[in-house]
Order: sequence, then C-alpha cells, then structure tokens
Amino acid sequence: MSFLELKDLKIHFPTDDGLVKSVDGLTFSLERGSTLGIVGESGSGKSVTSLGILGLHKGGHARISGEIWLDGEELVSASQEHVRGLRGKKMAMIFQDPLSAMHPYYTVGDQIVEAYRIHHSVSKKVARKHAIDMLGRVGIPEPGRRVDAYPHEFSGGMRQRAMIAMALSCDPELLIADEPTTALDVTVQAQILDLMRDLQREFNSALIIITHDLGVVAELSDDILVMYGGKCIEYGAAEDIFYRPEHPYTWGLLGSMPRLDRERTERLMPIKGSPPSLINIPPGCAFHPRCPYSDRTQGKADTEVPALLETEGGHLVRCHMPREERRSLWENEIKPMLETT
Amino acid sequence: MVTYIIRRLIGAVIMLLIVSMATFAIFFLVPQLAGATPEGMASRYVGRTATAETAKLAAERLGFNDPLVVQYGRFVKGIVAGAEYDYGPGVEECPAPCLGYSFITRQPVFPDLMNRLPITLSLAIGAAVIWVIMGVGIGVLSALRRGSVFDRAAMTVALAGVSLPIFFTGLVSLLVFSYGNPFSFAAQGGHYTTFLDSPSQWAYNLLLPWITLAFLFAATYARLTRAGMLETMNEDYIRTARAKGLRESTVVTKHGLRAALTPILTVFGLDFGLLIGGAVLTESAYSLPGLGKYAIDAIVNQDLPKVMGVTLLAALFVVVASLIVDLLYAVVDPRVRLA
Ligand SMILES: Nc1ncnc2c1ncn2[C@@H]1O[C@H](COP(=O)(O)OP(=O)(O)OP(=O)(O)O)[C@@H](O)[C@H]1O
Ligand code: SF4
Ligand SMILES: [Mg+2]
Repeated sequence: MSFLELKDLKIHFPTDDGLVKSVDGLTFSLERGSTLGIVGESGSGKSVTSLGILGLHKGGHARISGEIWLDGEELVSASQEHVRGLRGKKMAMIFQDPLSAMHPYYTVGDQIVEAYRIHHSVSKKVARKHAIDMLGRVGIPEPGRRVDAYPHEFSGGMRQRAMIAMALSCDPELLIADEPTTALDVTVQAQILDLMRDLQREFNSALIIITHDLGVVAELSDDILVMYGGKCIEYGAAEDIFYRPEHPYTWGLLGSMPRLDRERTERLMPIKGSPPSLINIPPGCAFHPRCPYSDRTQGKADTEVPALLETEGGHLVRCHMPREERRSLWENEIKPMLETT
Repeated sequence: MVTYIIRRLIGAVIMLLIVSMATFAIFFLVPQLAGATPEGMASRYVGRTATAETAKLAAERLGFNDPLVVQYGRFVKGIVAGAEYDYGPGVEECPAPCLGYSFITRQPVFPDLMNRLPITLSLAIGAAVIWVIMGVGIGVLSALRRGSVFDRAAMTVALAGVSLPIFFTGLVSLLVFSYGNPFSFAAQGGHYTTFLDSPSQWAYNLLLPWITLAFLFAATYARLTRAGMLETMNEDYIRTARAKGLRESTVVTKHGLRAALTPILTVFGLDFGLLIGGAVLTESAYSLPGLGKYAIDAIVNQDLPKVMGVTLLAALFVVVASLIVDLLYAVVDPRVRLA
C-alpha cells in the first residue's frame, strides 16, 4: 500500500440549491518523496479535496464517503480528534494567499511557535529558536529579527516563505500546497517552487501541489492528475500528460498555459465556455458542452459517463473517443498547433 | 507608534476645545442670539424671582454685557483657574475646576458632580461586567451554533432588547424582580450604599439597575459578537489554525474571538464613556442619585449651570474614552501601529 491512497473519495455539500458534488469519486496514490500535481480550473474541487485529506470538512455539513489511507491508517472513518492530532505533524498545508491565511494579530514567529508547540512539548524559548531556524531555512534574511515581524510587514514572497516554514515546522510527511504561488509575481513564483522542491528532497515528504496552471507543476511533479467537475479525467506520469495527453480538456489546459516567451495574459487556445455547475453536472461526459470533439463519440457524449480507463502504463483517461483517434488527433493536429504558435 | 500616540493626544485636546466651545455656544451664545437680553440671561442664573433691578445689576456683574470672546475666555478661565461670581448681593466662590455655580442651591457644581459620580460609576461598571460577559458569551455560542434553537431564541430576545425602550424593560424588571417572589432578593431601587461601606449592600442595591441596564447592552453586544464571529470564523486564518492541528476551543478563542472582539472594543469604550456621563433613564427609573438623575433634576428646575456642568463632564468622559479606545486599538491590532 502506498503512503497516501484515496479510494473513491466523495465530498458532497447539501445546500439550499441542491447537492454540490465538489469531489465525486477520486482515486489516486502517492509515495513518500514523490510529488503529485493536481490541475484543474477554478471550482473543479481541488481545494475541497485537499481540505478533505486534512479532515477539515469533518464536523461540518459535508457528506464524505470513500477512503483516505495515510501511512496505513484510514482517515474518513477516524474520529475528528484523532485526525486533528495528525494535522500539522503528519500532514500539513500551505495556502494560496499567505496574507489572509496568517493571523494579522500575531507575529510570524508566534504563529510558527504555536504550530510547533502543538506537537512538541517544549518551552517557548526552544520553540522560538526552532522558528528562527525554520525561517532561515526557507531563505528569509535576518530571521532572528524578522521572527518578531507581523505578516503585513512581509512582502508577498516572504510571507509565502514564512507560511512554508510554518507548515514544515513539524516535519510533516505529507505536504499539500494549494496554489502556493498564485498570489505571487512570476520571478517570486519560480523561487518559491524551487524552494519547495529543495525542501521536499531534504525532508523526503510526499508533496501534493494544487494549481490551475500546468506550467507550475511541469518541472516539479512526478505524476499529474487533471480534475474536471469533481472527477479525475486524466492521470499519469508528468511526461504522459505533457507529451502524450489524450483528453481534450488536457489539450485545452496545455493550450491555455502561459508561456515564458509571451505575455502572461495571452493564451493560445482558450477552452470555450465556463466550468460546469457542480449541482447540475452535465449528463454523460461532464466536459461535453465545451468539447470540440463531442460529435466523435458515437452519441455517447451526453448520455453515458465515460469510465476512467488505462491507456497504457498507468496512464488513465476518461473519454469515449476511441484511443487511436485521440492519439492521432494529438499527434497530427493539437501538438503541431501548440508547437508552431 | 509614538507619533500615533502624540497624534491621538493632540486630537483629544482639540476635541476638548471644541467641546468647550460647543457647550459655551449652547448655553451662552444661542440664547443671546435668539434674543435673550443680558438681563434675561442673568435672571436665569439668579432665579426668576429677582426683580428687574437686581437682574440688571447681576447681568452687569456677571459680565453678560461683555463681548462674546471675553465671555468665552472667562468661561474657560473658570474651568482652569476657578472663578468668583459677584452678582450684587454677595460674592460666590467657585474653585477650579469651575464647571459652573448654581445660584439656586448656592453651590458650585463640580463638587456636586463628584458626589454623584461614584453612583453612576458603580452602576456603569457593574452593568458593563454583566453585559460584556452575557453579550459576548451568548454571541459566541450563537455564532458557533448558528441556526440552532439556542441561536434563534437568543437572537429573538436580543432583538427585543435592542428594540424596546429602557422605560419598558426597566418597569418590567422592576415588576418581575421586586414583586414576583422568586426574585425578591433584589432591592427595589432608590437606595445606594457606597462600596466602601458595605460591598454586599452596594451590590444588593444595584443589582436590579445593573440587570436592567445590562440587558439592553447585552442584547446589542450579543448581536455584534455573533455577527463578528460569523465573519471571522470564515476567514482564511481560521482554516490555517485548524490545519495546524489546534484544538477547536483554541481556534475559537485565540484566533476567532480575538479578532472579532476588536471592533467590539471600540463600541464598548464609547458606550462606557457615554454611560458614566449619566445613565439618565436607568437612574430615573430606579431613583438613583447619579449624574443622570442630577441632569434630569437640573433640567426640571431650570438650573442652567448644573445642566452645563454635567454636560461638560459627560463630554469630557466621551473624549477620554475615545482616546483610550484609540490607544488600546493600537495595542490590540498591530496593523494600526503603522498607520
Ligand atoms: N462548504 C461548502 N459548501 C458548499 N459548497 C462548497 C463548499 N466548499 C466548496 N464548495 C463548492 O465546491 C466547489 C469546488 O470548490 P473548490 O474550492 O474545491 O474549487 P477549486 O478547484 O479549489 O477552485 P479554485 O481554483 O478557484 O480554488 C465550488 O463550486 C464550491 O462552491
Ligand atoms: S467523452 Fe466526448 S465529450 Fe467528453 S471529452 Fe471525450 S470526446 Fe469530449
Ligand atoms: Mg482552491
């Protein structure tokens, strides 16, 4: 069994408007020391998944089913108190916007000290030394002085470093980074991603990076999981996703990837339309209203939910289109277009 | 931080100047502009029964014929250095800080105010303790159990508390507490024992007024706290706190409540400052001889210097309270220190 395994995880929220199926049958596994990238548009259920792994939906109104195995322990059925004890120590999380994710009334140091002392019974003095240490390790200059600064006194990049220091303060074995660089500008983004890779090697932790931008996970991830409407629609090794993608939605994501040689805002072939409502997920293939190839699936696109099937060597795709057709479309049309433009 | 403090201090001094001018304007300028003659003004001081002759003399002596600036200067000087009122038949001493001299009771106002202040203060402090504990406690519980029976019941009562005038709640609690047997342990009002004489008697006599006054405020504070908690508990940093593995009770108090209380602190400071200037309605309802009752009595007796004195003192309390709130805010919210 892998270090982390999700089996058919479902997280649904009953609301006045209907049942929101934010995560609808997610299965994947992750080993220590390796990195999974979860990619998808806004509202595809990425954050709900990561909060679900940390057990932060427990006790709320969410309906959770399926299994989450972490280091041989099942977490969906575990008690709230037990999972709380794992948070921070066994698994930790880095959030998107470090300014709002840190408490404005406490110094950065106090917040790291607090995180450390939940799981280590040491004096404040010892914890403070540890906090300074951590700040130094994530590359904050003059950590002995900055430890007493408030989050608003840090720059965006420094804040995210501090957030990483806080998440790593207890040496977590699983680290989830939910859009860790979205709030930062491009050069700082690269620095933070480098830092995360170095730290992951150093700590040998399992890392999940969540993003809506394939470019972010390109260099970092071993595996990539593409989410759409709460479901996995393509999953495979990073090379599979980048060099042999088979799902039309993944092609769209690749096409809308910002590239270094262009203005950030300019996208090659944006995906038409908008993400589906998670209350009324389109019947059949959830992507069909936006898919340019929905007529190539023998009329099954809007009637039958495609299964997530292996094409080869652990590469999974959820699409009705025959495999040969997908491959030839990629090789003959999509790939040349992405390369020339 | 130092500049922040200095700025607030200067602001407070300016506020006090404005307050003194406004008070002066209300009690001296407006009547004169409205056509009151110096004699008329003077007769308000020495009393209606004065003859035209004595009124004229008094107006002369009290300086109502002088230019306004001189009158204002004398007014301020009285506060700072004391004053003497030579109104003809005799000279009355009014030592500093002279907030006025009542020609009806033939006494300076300030010592009167100082005698009344402990009563109002006792009333305000006791009520504040009750309403903060009740209001914040109920507000937090309501927010955490949003939509529950407790939440709905508490918010219905709170809405009633906010909407009903204190005459009404005062009378109702008088009825309930004094005539309904289960609560007849409380005094019916009208009595006051100083804390130093007998703390238990002090509390016994004030219990009913405290509860009446606190009910009104607790209602407001419960609603404020609930709204604040609902907002802060949705903040990203609460999620972070949970993700660290903190106990829920720590998340709620150290991270949630801490942030939700900051705006309540402001409201509390101003409420309290306003209250110690005289809890007019509660003091009247329970016949407690505090500053509020003093003000009402002064108005009824048309004793202008008393009304003015209590107004000035109340204004001073509000200015000082808002200064303290501003300074506390910087202690509580580090982001303010930079500003
Ligand atoms: N507590 C909740 N109650 C009801 N619906 C929720 C709740 N939390 C999330 N959702 C819904 O679940 C869906 C998925 O949300 P999620 O935050 O996981 O998206 P995301 O993929 O992280 O998107 P983004 O890139 O914008 O962060 C959204 O439509 C959201 O409205
Ligand atoms: S199943 Fe059909 S509609 Fe869905 S992605 Fe594949 S081709 Fe497009
Ligand atoms: Mg998200």
